[in-house]
Amino acid sequence: MAKDNLLGGSLWDAYSNKVTTLMNNPQHQGEITEEEAAAHGNKLIVADFGAESCGDAVRLYWEINPETDVIENAKFKSFGCGTAIASSDVMTELCMGKTVDEAVKITNIDVEKALRDDPDTPAVPPQKMHCSVMAYDVIKKAAGLYKGVDAESFEEDIIVCECARVSLSTLQEVIRLNDLKTIEEITDYTKAGGFCKSCIKPGGHEEREYYLVDILADTRRQMDEEKLAAAADAGALGDFEHMTLVQQIKAIDAVIDESVRQFLVMDGGNMEVIDIKSSDDNIDVYIRYLGACNGCASSTTGTLYAIESTLKEKLSQKIRVLPI
Amino acid sequence: MQVYMDNNATTMTDPKVVEAMLPFYSERYGNPNSLHKFGTSVHLPLSKAIDQVYTGINAAESDDIVFTSCATEANNWVLQSVWIDKVLNSDKNHMVTTEVEHPSILATCKFLEEQGMKVTYLPVNEQGIVEAHTVRSFITDKTALVSIMWANNETGMIFPIQEIGEICKDKGVLFHTDAVQAVGKIPVDMQAVHVDFLSMSAHKFHGPKGVGALYIKDSQQLTPLFHGGEQMGGRRSGTLNVPGIVGMGKALELATQNIEATMALIRSKRDRLEDALLELLDDVMVVGDRNNRTPNTILISVRGVEGEGMLWDLNNALIGASTGSACASEDLEANTVMLAIGADSELAHTGIRLSLSRFTTDEEVDYVIEAFTAAVKRLRAISSSYAKVGPTPGGEAQACDLLYLHDKCD
Repeated sequence: MAKDNLLGGSLWDAYSNKVTTLMNNPQHQGEITEEEAAAHGNKLIVADFGAESCGDAVRLYWEINPETDVIENAKFKSFGCGTAIASSDVMTELCMGKTVDEAVKITNIDVEKALRDDPDTPAVPPQKMHCSVMAYDVIKKAAGLYKGVDAESFEEDIIVCECARVSLSTLQEVIRLNDLKTIEEITDYTKAGGFCKSCIKPGGHEEREYYLVDILADTRRQMDEEKLAAAADAGALGDFEHMTLVQQIKAIDAVIDESVRQFLVMDGGNMEVIDIKSSDDNIDVYIRYLGACNGCASSTTGTLYAIESTLKEKLSQKIRVLPI
Repeated sequence: MQVYMDNNATTMTDPKVVEAMLPFYSERYGNPNSLHKFGTSVHLPLSKAIDQVYTGINAAESDDIVFTSCATEANNWVLQSVWIDKVLNSDKNHMVTTEVEHPSILATCKFLEEQGMKVTYLPVNEQGIVEAHTVRSFITDKTALVSIMWANNETGMIFPIQEIGEICKDKGVLFHTDAVQAVGKIPVDMQAVHVDFLSMSAHKFHGPKGVGALYIKDSQQLTPLFHGGEQMGGRRSGTLNVPGIVGMGKALELATQNIEATMALIRSKRDRLEDALLELLDDVMVVGDRNNRTPNTILISVRGVEGEGMLWDLNNALIGASTGSACASEDLEANTVMLAIGADSELAHTGIRLSLSRFTTDEEVDYVIEAFTAAVKRLRAISSSYAKVGPTPGGEAQACDLLYLHDKCD
């Protein structure tokens, strides 16, 4: 929230001129019949995506040359808002002249870019990016029908955010590499969740299989588990500096029991480990003397030196022992 | 020609109202709380405006009508203060409202639920209204408040306020009604119904924006929302919006002095428009019995034409209308009213609301009939719903499940 957000922006003001022009006068709206396709010796494919009850629906017609697999003519029909009609129109245009294999490579991002007036200004406001996704989905559907395969087989990866086309594996990798902790950080790094917002959490504009909140929670949990597993390995290997705090306390107690405590007890004293604080340079071990050690002159000189050098030798050179 | 058909969103301020307000900007600008004559000289016109508002809704002398900045404030005030007065400070914990209230009720309910209030959201029937017996069956010993709108903004459907008021009186439960779409459009007589609190807004009946009021029966207790300068008898602090109150009084007087005749005039134009659209267009449907609707409203569903696309074409023809379509909203969320009516999930995407006023002319109605039918023709020519060539076998689309949207409104 800031000055620019005080008045809700007008949705339509954010449309590019191309969107406006194509909504007012779509170029490739219409139908292709079996007879027309047959007259050219071509195969007709008609694919639907969406439904009126969903709020948008598109029907794509492809006339394909069976010799070359080239889409020689294409038309569309659309039930939808201005951006849905303009997106369908430009998508239909992008298909023409391409082979079916080339056409399936067209994404909703290509469709949105083709609707821009200048390369750096988005053609539609973020929440309308969603409309271009359907244009992408219907191409996959048509290609699947032509090739007799499932439309999903064209998808190499699981797409979580369809508006920005961000895959599950990308999201997991970005969260790990950059140690991301919030949805806002994920959107900043990947653009996922920045458009129609359906993929952020359940209850949005449409139902999704994967949600960013779950992906973030699962990935963070995995990262924590891996960290613990690494620490457990460190403990097993005696790598003191990479142990968890509990492991470090156990390791220090073990060294003290083995090499230090018996000498203190002989003089009627004892000690206990209170806390461990690690920084980049030092691992500070706070201890408290008990019994006769308490107030003994040597406890801050010779005895302390002996304890510290034993721990340094057996565990880590970074250790400093601090009596409290 | 340009035609404004969105009078349920806001109305043109009647030039006569503007004329009544103008002296109170640069000539008679005194603060009515001041002791000097600059201040006291506005008391008389304020008293007149208060009289006009009391008369406009036939409130009794013993009732309070407190001016606010808008009906959203009045709605928030009732709900939040009943929470303080009757829930925090007594043993009640429940309120009853409907799924089709204005966001200033629904969002406040959500806020109060977070504080611990239990809220029942009543569904509407296929006519888009809540039946009185339904309200009765959901009132419990713990119910502090029933809040149900007098007329709906999307459909214009009029709720059985008299019956609901009697039920609340019987059960000893406070009754609030958001009457923003009723006051000034249909007769509202506070001595003929049992209503504890009623919200209204001037700009919906050709008054100025930025002024509304809350009616409080018998001056009963309601903790103030605004604290400060003890204006309005301490019920609502803040320097009085003198031009606004004067304008609201004048506007309500103009809207109600011949209300039956004005309603008949608007209704005849509305019915002509509705009849023409139903006759000229196939596959269209109007929501709700027109005899139980505010006389200015039509909510029409046009098969195969998405609401935002329709608004776009109407806007190109310089006609201002409204849609509950999710696509036309900032957040892509479908309108709760459209979903609550529930008969047809397509209505959530194809509903267009046309709302007239007493300033709507016959020429404007003719123009809208022409432009509306032309827009439907153009968009249906593009629409996949009207395509002739069917999909290749296997290429059919899956139907859409809107259930999750319903869940969100619960």
